[in-house]
Amino acid sequence: MAKTFGFAESRGGELRKVAFEAVAAARKAADASGGGEVHALVIGAPGIAAKAEQLGRYGADVVTVVEHPALERYSPEVFAATAAEQIRAGGYRAAFFAASGQGRDLAPRVAARLDASLASDVTTFEIQGDAVLAQHPAYVGKVIVTLRLAGTPALLSLRPGALTAAEQPRGARVEKAAPAMDPATAKVVVTELAQSRATKLDLGEAPVIVSGGRGLKAAEHFKLVEDLAAAFGNAAVGATRAVTDDGWRPPTDQIGQTGRVVSPDLYVAIGISGAIQHLAGMRTAKTIVAINKDKDAPIFKVADYGIVGDLFEILPRLTEEIRKARAAH
Amino acid sequence: MKVAVCIKRVPEMDLRFSIAPDKKSLEQSGLKYEMGDFDGYALEVALQLAEKQGGEVTVISLGPDGVQETLRKGLAMGAARAVQLKADQVPFDGLAIAKALAAELKDAGYDLILFGRMATDTASGTVGPMTAELLGLPCVSSISQLDIADGRGTARRDLEGAAETVEFPLPAVLTIDEGIARPRLASLKGIMAAKKKPLDVKPAQLGEPRLTVEAMALPPERPAGRIIGEGSDAVPELVRLLRTEAKVL
Repeated sequence: MAKTFGFAESRGGELRKVAFEAVAAARKAADASGGGEVHALVIGAPGIAAKAEQLGRYGADVVTVVEHPALERYSPEVFAATAAEQIRAGGYRAAFFAASGQGRDLAPRVAARLDASLASDVTTFEIQGDAVLAQHPAYVGKVIVTLRLAGTPALLSLRPGALTAAEQPRGARVEKAAPAMDPATAKVVVTELAQSRATKLDLGEAPVIVSGGRGLKAAEHFKLVEDLAAAFGNAAVGATRAVTDDGWRPPTDQIGQTGRVVSPDLYVAIGISGAIQHLAGMRTAKTIVAINKDKDAPIFKVADYGIVGDLFEILPRLTEEIRKARAAH
Repeated sequence: MKVAVCIKRVPEMDLRFSIAPDKKSLEQSGLKYEMGDFDGYALEVALQLAEKQGGEVTVISLGPDGVQETLRKGLAMGAARAVQLKADQVPFDGLAIAKALAAELKDAGYDLILFGRMATDTASGTVGPMTAELLGLPCVSSISQLDIADGRGTARRDLEGAAETVEFPLPAVLTIDEGIARPRLASLKGIMAAKKKPLDVKPAQLGEPRLTVEAMALPPERPAGRIIGEGSDAVPELVRLLRTEAKVL
């Protein structure tokens, strides 16, 4: 029997989806090693404790809540010190983080403080005797590496959305704790958190992504892409590097080797030729649709459904048909 | 201002990879190498800071002698000196690498230590923050904007659907995301000058790796692509397939 740990990320006073994924993964690891307790850690401004019980739904037995007025936003030093202290004290077999923007900063700091092994951006894992084996897509997604983590605790950061957060309700016991260091003494301070797209779905979390490339010919034609995304109702808009380099879309929209790596249920590539750098960011989508005027474009090699033709003719009709299909079901 | 940039030599990513018979490594024949994408951005940021504020840039790379080529490229772009931390192989374990880098960087008096946001081969992004922790230095990772003035810095980090503004004192460790600066090409003059710049070779004091490669495999091939039609007449068929076959509607 082994205890495990999940770091539950929050933003703006709410737990994020990746928090449930980390806790569900910790549950899975605990069950795989004989069914020990799962401990979760939530850090935030006063009030976050009210959200802690939600983590019981995904298998947390104990939720430690650290509330402090100065911790409304992320504080790398305080979060790392507090998580490291909790993990050290808990004697966990494994500790899970999200490979989110915050988790990718936090997990390596905690690993260094604990002198522990860390596998990053993990898509699946298993407990095998003394070791944890974790799969991680590397080489721009072209090679799947299975990593062996030796020693205890093993730290893993999980690719958002890769592991479904299965519900396994437990009556989570909520305990309060103090931060491991005084937030006023932190050297690195997040002075502002700007929600850049508060009303829109994030690329990492959207089930559908509609993405545009140079084939759209001009920035204003992205309206067609946005219209299609709106018709789906659960879609985010992405772009190729050529498009973000030209300033048609913000750099944060870029999907590919140097941008975001996404695995949505559906990826619709509009006017995208399918350069290897772009494919690196979306080849693990469950279903890929491509619309391009060049029938020899490499995107058609990976597209489950391709339509060859003029996107300016095809898109309005597709948007209309998707809207109708969604209204009918 | 004294700036160190830790760079990694990685395979060119547009090549076709195959797995070696040991099933734990890449087939080496046919691989070509370059400086990691994000490391190039980090080096450009360092060079611009040194040009604007005075100072010099040191490039550091851990690995076999092949990394000297990558270091020479850094020198050709404008770095003043280079350090190779010699190791037969670069481990996958970020902490083992961070220990070797921290041993080199400790007490060396750098105002800034820059990394790329991640190496494109191992795609882990752990070495920068780990090195900062080992050195006890402030660290901001994955930044897309940077201002340095009067011994302090302000950076922007892009998150999912949000961005943080972060303030920190120097010395500090930063890891650099794309979009901050486009790396310059080395001039012919720079390439000639690079041959005469100092490149020190020291043994890497790697930590004991506890994260090791158990296996490598190519991802399952996607089924061959299928073109279902031409022009907007194919739209109803596409919608039907999305509903009945892909079940995404």
